[in-house]
Amino acid sequence: MSPILRVNSPGLHTTVQDLGRDGFADVGVPPSGALDAVALRLANALVGNAPDAAALEVLVSGPTLEVIAEAVHVAFVGGTAALSLRGAQTRSIPTARSVHLAQGDALQVAALAGTSCGYLAVEGGIGVPLILGSASTYTRGSLGGFEGRPLRIGDVLDGSEAASEPAERELANPLDGDFDAPIRVVLGPQDDHFTDAALETFLAGTYAVSAQADRMGFRLEGPVLAHKSGYNIVSDGIVSGSIQVPGSGQPIVLMRDYQTIGGYPKIATVISSDMSRLGRRSPGAKVRFAAVSREEAEAIYRAEEAAIAERISGLREARDEASINVAALYDANLIDGIISARE
Amino acid sequence: MTGVRFLPAGDKALVVEFGDRVERALSQRVLRLGQRLQEVRLQGVIETVPTFRSLLVRYDPLQTSGAALEEEIAAHLEDAGGAAEPVRLWEIPACYDKRCAPDLDEVAARTKLTVDEVVARHSGARFLVYVVGFAAGFPYMGDLPSELVLPRRADPRVRVPAGSIAMATTLTGIYPLESPGGWHLIGAAPIRLFDPAWERPALLRPGDFAKFEPVDFAEYERIRAAVERNDYNVPFTMISA
Repeated sequence: MSPILRVNSPGLHTTVQDLGRDGFADVGVPPSGALDAVALRLANALVGNAPDAAALEVLVSGPTLEVIAEAVHVAFVGGTAALSLRGAQTRSIPTARSVHLAQGDALQVAALAGTSCGYLAVEGGIGVPLILGSASTYTRGSLGGFEGRPLRIGDVLDGSEAASEPAERELANPLDGDFDAPIRVVLGPQDDHFTDAALETFLAGTYAVSAQADRMGFRLEGPVLAHKSGYNIVSDGIVSGSIQVPGSGQPIVLMRDYQTIGGYPKIATVISSDMSRLGRRSPGAKVRFAAVSREEAEAIYRAEEAAIAERISGLREARDEASINVAALYDANLIDGIISARE
Repeated sequence: MTGVRFLPAGDKALVVEFGDRVERALSQRVLRLGQRLQEVRLQGVIETVPTFRSLLVRYDPLQTSGAALEEEIAAHLEDAGGAAEPVRLWEIPACYDKRCAPDLDEVAARTKLTVDEVVARHSGARFLVYVVGFAAGFPYMGDLPSELVLPRRADPRVRVPAGSIAMATTLTGIYPLESPGGWHLIGAAPIRLFDPAWERPALLRPGDFAKFEPVDFAEYERIRAAVERNDYNVPFTMISA
């Protein structure tokens, strides 16, 4: 491991994440890990990494990173925004395509589009110590990732020099954000704490992701859900996807950095296959819920895992036309504010 | 076994619910099932999380299914009733000095006890660690002597200092890190509760017992300095639960 990237600007909230840590919820440590685990796995696959390699998670607006290694091989997956690359060559790299970069190049992940989270993977992975078995950052616990916190200007990330010259690769089919798809849930564990009308409302209503949405939880706004009798329960276990309903009647979906126990009734749990779909949604995005049985949810999970594996095996060598002429983008006013590599 | 309910928590977890109260008998059943499941290592189980009155079981649906797991767990409910393993009884140094205990006077006034009586009751009890959660390493311990039971503060603090010993309802706890909090602060423990570098990253684990040993402010500072130098271990004895 050696220094590979310097953070010239950190973006809104950029953290090191992998697929998370298991086995410590009994002492209060949630899994953390990528909000959009599908995008993370695809980004890793594009640069030839194992699915659980550590990458950078970018929320809403991304960092500008300068290459300080001789060469690195990177890929970004998340939404539709292109990467801006400034250096010996100045060009724009579409999402879901890997690219080789040389020392002095500066890579900017600008404002995300078509998602609220994206993943920048580097061949060989981002080099941070594994804490409790994972590279994932848990910021509330100041644990894991890069010093337990989001990146700051001037941070230097370790990693591997691009070992060989593997071909630049791309996804055969872009990742659909699935923004109109209902978010599927399994009712419970405390659906019996809600009135029949509340359960009906929950499944028929349209909610919106509120401004209070972070890696810990997404507060939703929409039709109020009435409890049968009170909104306090003796705290019990939480998982990623638990939908708590506090006294306000407005649901909160717990995300990857959840508190491990909670004292509000949980009307339902988002199925694991739909957590990435929900994780992509930004404040203001609509959320509708649809109930499936646990058996259906497990079958969906198995099918989706097979589909992701198929997607990964379908990665292909990048075609030249995928590289967009940056001058054309300037003319079209699509990008601005590229930061010089040599500030 | 009577009164046990299996509840789904999505497609990767289920809840084994023993009841809906904070009660040692319930907690012991939860903890014993958790211990039993760790011993038998059922196919596909990722981790178990004991809470006051239920055990959360996380699993991998590529290796098992919720329905299959429920049957397997049900078979272990009976043999989870046997004798419990010995557990740790921690002796936690506790400074009840005013400098460490901003709410002690108020707690005394509201419980109609003297400060010394509050301290004597808090440090005289042996607490069960029901749950570790809220924050990494935060122990929910109980039960407080009934005279000390108070609701949470009406105005939660934005910053509670690390090490604060706090109480609310029937429970007491220690804040591992500075964090927001709504419990009454009646003392401070000069110890480290969580360190990811430890093999067991949390000092106190569900099922452990703890009691508080009063120390004066000078002793508190001395222990705190020793903790900083990694030159202090919290004493414990093994007891049968």
